[in-house]
Amino acid sequence: MQQIINFIIRFKTSLLYILLLFISLGFTINSHSYHRSKYFNSTNWISGSIYNTADGISTYFDLDEENIRLLEENRKLRNIIFNQGQTDSVEIDTAKASYTILSAQIIKNSYTNPNNYITINKGKKEGVKQDMGVITANGILGIIEHTSNGYSSVQSILNTKSNINAKIKNTNYFGSLIWDGVRYDEVKLVDIPRLVPLLVGDTIVTGAMSSIFPENIPIGTIKSFDLNVSKSFYSIDVELFNDMSNLKNVYIIYNKNRPEILELEAEIANDQ
Amino acid sequence: MINNSYFINILRFTLLVLVQVLVFNRLNFFGFINPMVYILFLFWYPIKENRAAFIVISFLLGFCIDLFSDTLALHAAATVTVAYIRPTIMRFVFGVNYEFQSFKLSNSTRAQQITFLALLIITHHLIFFMLESFSLSNMLLILKKIVFTGLATLILCLLFGSLFSAKKD
Repeated sequence: MQQIINFIIRFKTSLLYILLLFISLGFTINSHSYHRSKYFNSTNWISGSIYNTADGISTYFDLDEENIRLLEENRKLRNIIFNQGQTDSVEIDTAKASYTILSAQIIKNSYTNPNNYITINKGKKEGVKQDMGVITANGILGIIEHTSNGYSSVQSILNTKSNINAKIKNTNYFGSLIWDGVRYDEVKLVDIPRLVPLLVGDTIVTGAMSSIFPENIPIGTIKSFDLNVSKSFYSIDVELFNDMSNLKNVYIIYNKNRPEILELEAEIANDQ
Repeated sequence: MINNSYFINILRFTLLVLVQVLVFNRLNFFGFINPMVYILFLFWYPIKENRAAFIVISFLLGFCIDLFSDTLALHAAATVTVAYIRPTIMRFVFGVNYEFQSFKLSNSTRAQQITFLALLIITHHLIFFMLESFSLSNMLLILKKIVFTGLATLILCLLFGSLFSAKKD
């Protein structure tokens, strides 16, 4: 016993170091599973409010640019409305709509790490939940990963763990959208069969397989494509519509039918 | 005197965390360089202090940065390792000199200080970027990040160091 205590006292610094190292490695390795540790992320109260304050100051510097962007988006939407033959003042019946949309602002963006997370200023208070989709006016952005009372963190598509169903526009050939961690303006679309005719410049949109995003949300255009190692599927480089380094206003989408879809899928899984 | 040193370290801790997360984490110089100036805390921390306390404080420092940048415990792991091997690095750079009571960082030569800082940064970045990508498949990318981010960190740390160089212990 005496010797054990002596040993501990003699190597207390090393033991302390090893303990702390294992704690941090434990967190890190856990983070590679699907959902990360619930408490240690930037949605907590302290970092959330600090980022919010800092953002409150810096947001004034690009108000003009942001205004122009919103105006441009409004123009596009009005274009759609008027050409559908409906006037602007028609009330939309929200009870029938299958998607609800919230708006939010990014208070912390990141795009240089292999696993990027974005923090936004809406949380549980406003009804944001895990696994809601997040888009911008130009295209897809990511999926809500964690929420706290006032903030949420979004798993960006620029995350090596991200995996989103996507397809080639106007066809039903779908594949998975992943990121290899190299360039922040490029993602990869894999698992498109080799018999599919492809052209550089084709548009990639979200597919119908996901219960998170509505179908046909723009993602990007094909920059180049190549057959993968087994020569049976394409590996496509997709250039994103979004400039991931310069984002401000985002929309959070909630599919009201999602619980029903998940329930149905769970039943099938149970039957098997 | 003791209170004063505590106060300075707490102030340094807070300021370095804020500067790191609010300024340098958003720098994205050339699209990927985010210098990690908070390593200066390990450079400036008093030499004669209790080692165990130093390791715990370094862990907390790394963990604070992690909380802000959604990296879980990558910074914490890297920082705590650097804190643990700091005495070894110091023995390598300053020789047995540093164990004397009269030794002060400000008394050593410029070259020694830079070597010391550079070794701290290299160790930190090596561990950080290896853990961050968690695989060896992107070795070239990791090396690129280590070299360029390391250089940027070194330059910025030296600038900060000379800016606040008044009577460091």
